[in-house]
Amino acid sequence: MTVEQISVFVENRQGKLVEVLETLSANNIDLRALCIADTADFGILRLIVNKPEEAVRVLQQAECATSVTQVLAVSLDDTPGSLARVLRILADAAISVEYLYAFVAHGKDKAYVILRVEDNEKAAAVLTKKGISFADSKDIYTM
Amino acid sequence: MRQYFQPEIECAAPEEIIKLQSERLVDTVRRVYDTVPYYRKKMDEKGVTPDDIKSREDLHKLPFLTKDDLREAYPYGLLAAPLADCVRIHSTSGTTGKRVVAFYTQHDIDLWDDCCARALVAAGATTEDVVHVAYGYGLFTGGMGINGGAHRVGCLTLPMSSGNTERQIQFMCDLGSTILCCTPSYAEYLAETIEEMGLRDEIKLKAGIFGAEAWSEEMRGRLQEKLGIQAYDIYGLTEIIGPGVSFECSEQAGMHVNEDHFIPEIINPETGEVLPDGEKGELVFTCISKDAFPLLRYRTRDICVLTRGECGCGRTLVKMAKPMGRSDDMLIIRGVNVFPSQIETVLIGCGFSGNYQIVVDRVHHTDTLEVLVELNPEMFTDTVKQIEARERDLREKLKNMLGISAKVTLKAPKSIARSEGKAVRIIDKRKI
Repeated sequence: MTVEQISVFVENRQGKLVEVLETLSANNIDLRALCIADTADFGILRLIVNKPEEAVRVLQQAECATSVTQVLAVSLDDTPGSLARVLRILADAAISVEYLYAFVAHGKDKAYVILRVEDNEKAAAVLTKKGISFADSKDIYTM
Repeated sequence: MRQYFQPEIECAAPEEIIKLQSERLVDTVRRVYDTVPYYRKKMDEKGVTPDDIKSREDLHKLPFLTKDDLREAYPYGLLAAPLADCVRIHSTSGTTGKRVVAFYTQHDIDLWDDCCARALVAAGATTEDVVHVAYGYGLFTGGMGINGGAHRVGCLTLPMSSGNTERQIQFMCDLGSTILCCTPSYAEYLAETIEEMGLRDEIKLKAGIFGAEAWSEEMRGRLQEKLGIQAYDIYGLTEIIGPGVSFECSEQAGMHVNEDHFIPEIINPETGEVLPDGEKGELVFTCISKDAFPLLRYRTRDICVLTRGECGCGRTLVKMAKPMGRSDDMLIIRGVNVFPSQIETVLIGCGFSGNYQIVVDRVHHTDTLEVLVELNPEMFTDTVKQIEARERDLREKLKNMLGISAKVTLKAPKSIARSEGKAVRIIDKRKI
């Protein structure tokens, strides 16, 4: 239902983002999905990776500010209207979405949406009741 | 446990100290007038002769000395003892301009050792202690000054000097250092590294004596907590002697000035007028017992306050507050006086690291103030709004403290260079 998302503080300067990604690649960590929230001075890089614990360890060793958040990983058919349906359910239940990002898996006709909400359990309960399914962390990490 | 190193001085009746100061002042003024042409010329210009100085009451009649005098007289112009009697020199770190050299005879070194020994004993040092000196050794007075004091007390002294942090920590663990002496910024760096290495339980420190740069009460709190110590301030400057001009006692509320050797005054930095105890102004010192480099009425540029009255520790020596800034560190931004220590207080109060930089610039004829501060890893979360709320809170508190607004730029943890000596906190890019 939830997966571990790693967030990394990245100063808004040339070469900073690549340093983080090179740290991961040097440790053979594979990215599953990512998104960046940016402000004028800094960005927050959010990552889903195949080996979250190891990623956190190597990032902290490299003195990056990191935090780990449990986020919902919704599994959808890759067809028009699937995501809209999910968001409608949440909106009707008065659950706000902090942010989301999506990715598709190779050859599975599936799309995955990473959802960050205030209360994972509440959102999951509402969605499950309406027949929405979730990817479990193992699916995502080993994808 | 021994409470004082020299109780006959540290706890003397104030009138005894004044009597001693008067005798020593009269002798010193006479001697420098007779032997040092530079002093003679300055006194003649002001129309003062040694006969005018009959007691400490007459101190205000003497001309001031400033760093400019030291530069002008460089290197031997203020030397008041035969060079053959001198055994050492020290030199300022040169952070504020050209180097200044100070000379010491063996007598000067001995009295300096006493001053540092008083500071160490006030911090609880006994012959059982292992004093870990991580101030730089060399021209800088920090290392050798404290080293001398620790020998005088009879402590086992580790002359670590600065740098090589892992070795510092290894010695600290292996040899059981109990008193750490270094700059407060380096102490913080050591504390962080000890924490990272998971060695907090391996260290046996009980006290720290931190000086040579400005630090705040908030920083004291953090150092005490992180290292499990009592943290004491120590004050000094090379021109006067080095560390140990004044030192903190168990009360941790102001530093006792070693008044038997150095007479402090507070003056209005604009007019030079002497201000009464309790008023804020520039600190001025007169050396009354040194042979080689007995500066008279030397303007330190440190802004602070003197307070008299018996201290809870039993010492009667006058106390000086932690300097609130330096008159030459003081930034005038859009006409407002800003001291880096004020900014530090706000940063630490908001939970940020004490590692910061202040960048002042002038854009379209208006001064700009930017505060770069490292994000504390614990503050970091996955959402922008929480970090922006921190930033906003900091901006508001800075504005309340300073009276002008500052741009806040968050930096990654440990991205601002840490120094093992004096931290470079201020970058003034204005070309005025």
